[in-house]
Amino acid sequence: MRPLTLRRLLLQCSILVVILFLVVVIALKFGAVPVSLYALGRDLLRVVFGQSSQISSDYGLIVVNIRLPRILLGIIVGASLSVAGTSFQALLRNPLADPYVLGVSMGASLGSILALIAEPHLTISPLFASLLTPLGAFLGAAATITAVYFLGRREGQIDSATLLLGGVIISSFLSAIIMFLMNTLSGNLRGLSFWLMGDLSTPLQKSAYWFLGIGFLLATGAIYTTAADLNMLLAGEKEAIHLGVDVPRVRLVVYIAASLLTGLAVSVSGAIGYVGLIVPHAMRFIFGSDHRTLLPTAALGGAIALVFADTLARTVVAPTEVSVGAVTALVGAPLFIYLLRRRLP
Amino acid sequence: MSGGSALARNPAESARLASDVRLSVEQVSYAYSANPAQAPLFTVEATSFQAKPGEIVAILGPNASGKSTLLKLISGALAPLSGRILLNGFVIHTLTPRTRAQRIAVVQQESTLLFPARAWEFVLQGRHAHGRSLRFESEDDVLIAKNALAQVGAADLSDRWMDQISGGEKQRVILARALAQQPLLLLLDEPTLHLDIAAQIGLLDALRRLAAENRYTVVVVTHELNLAAGYADQVVLMQRGRCLRVGPPANIYQRELLEQVFQTPLSVELGSSGRPRVTVLSGT
Repeated sequence: MRPLTLRRLLLQCSILVVILFLVVVIALKFGAVPVSLYALGRDLLRVVFGQSSQISSDYGLIVVNIRLPRILLGIIVGASLSVAGTSFQALLRNPLADPYVLGVSMGASLGSILALIAEPHLTISPLFASLLTPLGAFLGAAATITAVYFLGRREGQIDSATLLLGGVIISSFLSAIIMFLMNTLSGNLRGLSFWLMGDLSTPLQKSAYWFLGIGFLLATGAIYTTAADLNMLLAGEKEAIHLGVDVPRVRLVVYIAASLLTGLAVSVSGAIGYVGLIVPHAMRFIFGSDHRTLLPTAALGGAIALVFADTLARTVVAPTEVSVGAVTALVGAPLFIYLLRRRLP
Repeated sequence: MSGGSALARNPAESARLASDVRLSVEQVSYAYSANPAQAPLFTVEATSFQAKPGEIVAILGPNASGKSTLLKLISGALAPLSGRILLNGFVIHTLTPRTRAQRIAVVQQESTLLFPARAWEFVLQGRHAHGRSLRFESEDDVLIAKNALAQVGAADLSDRWMDQISGGEKQRVILARALAQQPLLLLLDEPTLHLDIAAQIGLLDALRRLAAENRYTVVVVTHELNLAAGYADQVVLMQRGRCLRVGPPANIYQRELLEQVFQTPLSVELGSSGRPRVTVLSGT
């Protein structure tokens, strides 16, 4: 018997933190313009010590003003999608659940677009206007997961295959609406491939990173308070109730928090798929299926995976780039098929 | 002996433990209705019985007799339409899931895990209701879980994966998890359904020993006549939602009554232990 201890949990997380650091260094160094490790270290130290103004070289400016913000975005988005995927898998009792597969990402995309369309017509303060897109994304995500949940329910039980089919159909329906909107309306809506595939190339204001980071920590913290309950739910809701889990409360907390995570991620990066599918499975394979370990390791793993995928997206066909969503889908879709063949009866 | 006070969770409860009745089912009924427009489809009609610590009660009846519904009512998963069920004087379905799980353990028919877990992880889940949600398991919890595995003779299964052990082994690990909850009341729904004869007898012997040692009140739902006759102190005989008789097996097992309930010709004889034995006669 080897029950989980805080020490082991911290050790596992610190290993992943080291890997994340290495991936970040790689992501900073490689790109259309190569940067030496020495120059990279020197410029980063300047940022740390608040002397960004002393960075003079063009290379340094590329690293600090373009690559670093993009990496930060990748970390938050990757972690958010991965935690959301882990939560959906446990709650829906479906190993193939992921915000993208379930259509939740597409719901968040549509919510964002509707918010962007509505924004110029509303007379609201600039602060609230900047919150409108993430709010729309959250509402879109929450509405979609509610719809998919009820579609997938048969005789009081969630049916795996119906749930997934429901997600796929809703997803394709929502993307049709998105295409319709994009083709009939023009304006400041970014590209179609951004909303349908996702990418991390859109720079954000500095305050947006704080907003994303705090939102991520709050939502993930809320889900983490139910980590032990999610372990019981792996054996089904009926069993969990008899083991002392307040199932309706856990369901509410996790659905809202996971929708929030998906909404935040999609509002700034579009619908990047399969991160929430691949990463939880990889982490479960390495660290086991205890959610007290799985949630933090999936967050770190998601950050690593997306920063790495985005580096590939920037470099493989440099100087142009592909959508990071295309990279994750190239890896994720075959894995989905593998899991589908293995898991579903 | 781990008497009443050791199992009490608070002073009020320990006062009630002085009285001998632990589980009291009082005129309980329940009705399903598929939709509000239709009449209720299936009911448990006014059923009453009482059970003491250390007693094994078998709820016996053919399929669709309402016995599983009665167990759900006792577990608190369903609220009765009328009547009430008391555990040490507390109305069960009004307790929170957490409080219930500290007092009642339920062993259900099917238990498939979404992702693989080891047996010890599974058994430790029984400790969940006794700790705070985010707490890591204490040494006490580990000790209790080990002890529970040993009590059902499954100590050697501790490190095995749940999806790689036999049905009988799995059932013992599930029982160990229920023991790890340190319940007052142990509920089992057709525990022997998928077991071979040897595993059935092993499980039931273990159950009888555990009920006596730990003073559990055990309620078992079953459709197997000889199982109930051989192991129960009391039998609650159900048919189409109605509780026909309650009493010790020797009083319940009358040929005409059982033939009428189970719709098959059979013979009843009294065994050397004083417990009845039933032989189902093939329809010639």
